[in-house]
Amino acid sequence: MAINWFKYSSPASFYFLAGKMIPLFSIAATILFAAGLYIGFFVAPTDFQQGEAYRIIFIHVPAAWMSMFLYVVMAIWAGIGLAFNTRLSSMMATAIAPTGAMFTFLALWTGALWGKPMWGTWWVWDARLTSELILLFLYIGFMSLQAAIDDPRRADKAGAVIALVGVVNIPIIYFSVKWWNTLHQGATVSVTQSPKMATTMLTGMLIMSIACWMYAIAVILIRTRTIILERERHTAWVGELRGVAQ
Amino acid sequence: MIWASWSDFFSMGGYGFYVWGSYLVSVACIAGEIALVFNRKRTLLKHLSLIHESTKQEKRNETTS
Repeated sequence: MAINWFKYSSPASFYFLAGKMIPLFSIAATILFAAGLYIGFFVAPTDFQQGEAYRIIFIHVPAAWMSMFLYVVMAIWAGIGLAFNTRLSSMMATAIAPTGAMFTFLALWTGALWGKPMWGTWWVWDARLTSELILLFLYIGFMSLQAAIDDPRRADKAGAVIALVGVVNIPIIYFSVKWWNTLHQGATVSVTQSPKMATTMLTGMLIMSIACWMYAIAVILIRTRTIILERERHTAWVGELRGVAQ
Repeated sequence: MIWASWSDFFSMGGYGFYVWGSYLVSVACIAGEIALVFNRKRTLLKHLSLIHESTKQEKRNETTS
């Protein structure tokens, strides 16, 4: 079966497709968050080294992963928008930024609350923490720059440049624990002796990560739809939509 | 069962402040983002229907004058 993918690169068709997808992703996010938190708090056992404090992992690691993934996705959409002048891809990039910034803030916040009892400090200027903070500034810079430019298409282009330049920070965050001697632990998921413990902890963390993905997709689609309406408000199809709504 | 009682659950082995501090702020951020995104949508829809009303008004004025 041939699917015409270009059909959905038009904001009007995407608006209706996204409207159908939002409930699915919202329901999936709700169920997965409930399951992930249940496993995280009631199934996963106490850590032999960190006690109960390790339970921050179920939100800290998914938030940190999301902060990086969303940045890459944002930069890709922004880059496609810049290269091919496609309106919808730029709108997607704009819609991703606030959610990405939110997850970056959460990664830093939960990291500080985890660092205090484990390392004895809320914050250190080590490579992992500093590069994650730079990521937050990149998101904020992207949003402020776009907000400062009145013409949406020019805002898209300026934002795309900052988003693409900032991509260099992503491998720095990811490999920071290898490249430098950091206080932050390496990319080891398992911190336990018994394999059963590691399995339930890993399962909880992965389910929470998928839940964060589903949540991010749902909220980004809602925001994209609003941006589409804002920018296409003078077009015939939005006019028809308003006619139907009344 | 990991937890002997609810107070045991809330104290998180003495790390309650850090664990619940992480999760409460996460819930607040997610709830806040959802509220903002719907608020933006509602404001826009209200604005769009207002524009619609005003153009109708203009048209009416044009026909009457």
